[in-house]
Amino acid sequence: MRILVGVKRVVDYAVKVRVKPDKSGVVTEGVQHSMNPFDEIALEEAVKLKEKKLATEVVAFSLGGPKSAEILRTALAKGADKAVHVQVSEAEAAKVEPLHVAQALQKLLEKDKFDLVFVGKQAIDDDASQTAPLLAGLLDWPQALYASKVEEGGAGFLKVTREIDGGLDTVKVKLPAVLSADLRLNEPRYATLPNIMKAKKKPLQNIPIKDLGVEIKSQTSILEVSEPPQREAGGFVEDVPALVNKLKEKGFVKN
Amino acid sequence: MLSARSILTRAARSSNSSRLSSTLVIAEHDDANLAPITLNAITAAGKLGSDVSVLVTGANSKKVAEQVAKVAGVKRVLVAQDDKLKNNLPERVAPVVLASQKQFNFSAITAGASAFSRGLIPRVAAKLNSSPISDVTQIHSADTFSRGTYAGNAITKVKSEAPVKMLTFRGTAFEPAKEGGSGAVENAPSGDIKTEQSEFLGQELSKSERPDLATAKIVISGGRGLKSGDNFKLIYDLADKLGAGVGASRAAVDAGYVPNDMQVGQTGKIVAPELYIAVGISGAIQHLAGMKDSKVIVAINKDPDAPIFQVADFGLKADLFKAVPELTAALP
Repeated sequence: MRILVGVKRVVDYAVKVRVKPDKSGVVTEGVQHSMNPFDEIALEEAVKLKEKKLATEVVAFSLGGPKSAEILRTALAKGADKAVHVQVSEAEAAKVEPLHVAQALQKLLEKDKFDLVFVGKQAIDDDASQTAPLLAGLLDWPQALYASKVEEGGAGFLKVTREIDGGLDTVKVKLPAVLSADLRLNEPRYATLPNIMKAKKKPLQNIPIKDLGVEIKSQTSILEVSEPPQREAGGFVEDVPALVNKLKEKGFVKN
Repeated sequence: MLSARSILTRAARSSNSSRLSSTLVIAEHDDANLAPITLNAITAAGKLGSDVSVLVTGANSKKVAEQVAKVAGVKRVLVAQDDKLKNNLPERVAPVVLASQKQFNFSAITAGASAFSRGLIPRVAAKLNSSPISDVTQIHSADTFSRGTYAGNAITKVKSEAPVKMLTFRGTAFEPAKEGGSGAVENAPSGDIKTEQSEFLGQELSKSERPDLATAKIVISGGRGLKSGDNFKLIYDLADKLGAGVGASRAAVDAGYVPNDMQVGQTGKIVAPELYIAVGISGAIQHLAGMKDSKVIVAINKDPDAPIFQVADFGLKADLFKAVPELTAALP
């Protein structure tokens, strides 16, 4: 089984983003970026499947501007065998929608055979949660989203436990398939210094997006990005009886 | 010229809407009852300015379809009842949606944002070459929407030029539709449902007598400060007094105190109750994303510098192990 793992470079999860004064977007210059946390989890699972001899090769994929190469080096240091960087210009990068990423993945999969595509359940910047089901739709492959456990499900199948709204469910999907990783799937490993050094020698292929025949043509134009309404801190109450009084005033507790 | 065009488009749209332009809502249900989020989605769909149709798929969808037909604002209910659609796997539901789209040419295909719709709407969108828009919180017009990005720290207003608007709606941003409709129920066109790709093996749902987290009027959440799963009893006791739903921070879920589906936050449930009580929760960005639209927020924490106090209407700096039992005892 060959696994393709999609990873995205995003503003680090611990950064509180600031909206630009001209309302065109959020400030990303000079801000700490890292691999999308859910993609780290997808990658970790793929590497584990290789360690369990269920997979033969793990290839990391990213679509983005020049700096996405850093994220792919991280993926190589965490155990991916190869990396593919589908390159877009900085200007195009701002317009990329999940549909374009799915289209690029579809084109790659037409050239190079993979049995599994694994991505994070959502990117923490656009919070769209669309790439996996879009790709599965384009390819007519089965999908198992929000995976919290991935097991062998018989020859040519995977058994996937998924996080759903009321609890968990388990589905069996036929390979080739598309999976997305939820938070609870695993604890991603840290890249060690020797592995970071080794990663520099692993192959990283660059493909300009035009070579795939995918055009970044926006269907969704951003009109304005604004700050959410700010809440005012209401201050402290002295003790529990004071809190109970406040709840009574607001009508949550009967007098 | 621009305005002339927009008038023309509007005229075309309104003449269409009387004849065929319509929005489709995909219903979510458990074979017996309609999921409450579908009612929020029906309200949102009504704001798009065209007729609302609802598609109910499943092994036992006819009964649910009758419930849907009685919802105010629903013009037409399409039913696809087939054993192959049991548990509504996305691979099997998608062809039914596409067959319905082929016949009725909806201008928008929508659903309430949930684990179910997030799997289905993009899968269908891919086939229609339409970029979907997730978790819409505000509808400005039939093609202009707002949604939260960066864990709700930025509100992005977008205009969609997608041939079909593929939308999921945040449940808490729209009122649930009320009863009082009389929609016509008819069979959905049959899709080419293939069964070999995927199979449903089973589910393990968390059972609770308490109100559903996403729709509860009052929510009490516990965090790492609870220190153990057993101590969550303090939260449950307080919740029972107030008739509240119970949630948790990611830290509490990761530590194994409570199951995952109780997580409130960017990647868990989004809630907006009348009253949210955060107990032993510091208030990380990712948690605030899931609850900061609550009407009144109460925080109980012993650290006065915890970020949760910056959004709380009433903060109580106290040891939760003393304050929570005292609060529970003080309530009637």
